[in-house]
Amino acid sequence: MNSKNMKYLFGPLNKNNPVIVQILGICSALAVTAQLKPAFVMAMSVTVVTAFSNLIMSALRKGIPDRIRIIVQLVVIAALVILVDQVLKAYVYDVSKQLSVYVGLIITNCIIMGRVEAFALGNKPWPSFLDGIGNGLGYGMILIVVAFFRELLGNGTLWGVSVIPASWYIQNGGFYANNGLMLLPPMALILVGLIIWIHRSRNKDLIEK
Amino acid sequence: MKAIRNLLDKLRPTFSEGGKLSKLHSTFDAFETFLFVPNTVTRKGAHIRDCNDIKRVMIVVVVALLPALLFGMYNVGLQHFRAVGDAVAAASVWSCFWFGFLRMLPMIVVSYVVGLGIEFAAAQIRGHEVNEGFLVSGLLIPMIMPIDVPLWMVAVATAFAVIIGKEVFGGTGMNIFNPALLARAFVFFAYTPYISGEDVWTAGLLAGEGIDGYSGATPLTQLSENVHETLAHADVQSWFLGTIPGSIGETSTVAILIGAVILLWTGVASWRTMLSVFVGGYLMGLLFNLIGANEYMTMPAWYHLILGGFAFGAVFMATDPVTSAQTNVGKCIVGFLIGALAVMIRVVNPGYPEGMMLAILFMNALAPLVDHYVVQANINRRNKRLKLAK
Repeated sequence: MNSKNMKYLFGPLNKNNPVIVQILGICSALAVTAQLKPAFVMAMSVTVVTAFSNLIMSALRKGIPDRIRIIVQLVVIAALVILVDQVLKAYVYDVSKQLSVYVGLIITNCIIMGRVEAFALGNKPWPSFLDGIGNGLGYGMILIVVAFFRELLGNGTLWGVSVIPASWYIQNGGFYANNGLMLLPPMALILVGLIIWIHRSRNKDLIEK
Repeated sequence: MKAIRNLLDKLRPTFSEGGKLSKLHSTFDAFETFLFVPNTVTRKGAHIRDCNDIKRVMIVVVVALLPALLFGMYNVGLQHFRAVGDAVAAASVWSCFWFGFLRMLPMIVVSYVVGLGIEFAAAQIRGHEVNEGFLVSGLLIPMIMPIDVPLWMVAVATAFAVIIGKEVFGGTGMNIFNPALLARAFVFFAYTPYISGEDVWTAGLLAGEGIDGYSGATPLTQLSENVHETLAHADVQSWFLGTIPGSIGETSTVAILIGAVILLWTGVASWRTMLSVFVGGYLMGLLFNLIGANEYMTMPAWYHLILGGFAFGAVFMATDPVTSAQTNVGKCIVGFLIGALAVMIRVVNPGYPEGMMLAILFMNALAPLVDHYVVQANINRRNKRLKLAK
């Protein structure tokens, strides 16, 4: 893999992150991050959809008239999302239930349309595929970091397993209590804000004037 | 006095540029201006000669808070001894006060240590002066908490309020929301069982020290649960004096009114905001009287003004010069809506017995908008006049 392709794949993990630099896909980042498991499944689903929609649209890019490209993009993305939805229902039914409408709403996730429009339509299939994977993983990374803190501090669990000793809780004579605010979407927004804060202070060139 | 002055002068070179501890100079400045009137002189532009700076203004607010604070300490003891059935101790003012003082002191210390610690650290990192806004917030935070809230929750809430509510916006004077109320809102949403219900308002009830059948419910909780019974036994005198369960500083309307007089007499707080909050709450109460759809709505409107955190919020929270509106008309509008919303939340929303905190935070967010339209209206009016003159 040459350095350009490396940039497509790993750029979105840091300086070109879709969530914390381009501020895309915030809606689902707030909605599905109360627990680690759905956040992980969501991250995987979005990665698959971005990667393959980029690949397919890039392969088709010369044959599509410019005027109808959005419709074609939607058809491709919708087909992929339905596939993902069926797979989730078949293999991880409980998580699919938890994610509810947010799987279907991957269609409207700005990251996917954004990458297809901005990248896949002007690049060859292989770089487009890598770009899709990179952006999906960049999105998923933030989701998992946010979900880690929300589940740990809000529920005292990680991946559904309690990690905070039961004897710490006030009810059992300890001192600790779960932070209910963590389970509410506003706190996810604040956490994303804190991540952006840390990220910008480490990458000063990203700070807006 | 002289000795302190000399000590400071001797230490100054160490903290000045080139000195050994020059990195800590904003900490040094903060202590110096805390102890003495700063000797810097404004050189440019129009300015008003006045010995008051932000620190002195803040001290006035702290003094105004003292009556409510001292009464709060007394009331903490009083409620506790009533709950455990110790009539002898409850009758003694001194033992009540001493009990409350000992329970309250750790909360004040925690709030100041955490809050000032973060403020000092932030000032050092940014190379700013240390701001003094926290002198008031640090005292307000324990006063609007229930007495039995665990200390680490106070610490977490204070840290959240100072970092997320204040420092990310640029420090004192730049915050959108009142930091003290933000701390309370944080505890309210994060650790709901420790700041709502019947047992948290009286020291010792959560630990099960109360005698059988004793209820520590605040009048507002009682009203939201059983209006008829509460109104039939309405003890308006103790509601007004404040010998009722509630957040530490909020119960006594008398003590708060003394604070209000101090604030208004020194001109520190805006009388427009204060008055319009009370007017808004009262008119909303009257409106509910007119509707009269249930028994809560028929409660005399002025009960609302002496119950819960209404008076405390109106006098000490709504008048915060940073988060309230800046224009005079804006102050009236914002104040009025705070009062009206607070009463509306109390009566209409069964989930929240008290609405003052949410009403003030909500209007904090809207205050810049109100200001914008007030200023815009003024510009339009003057433009019209200009056109007529042509």
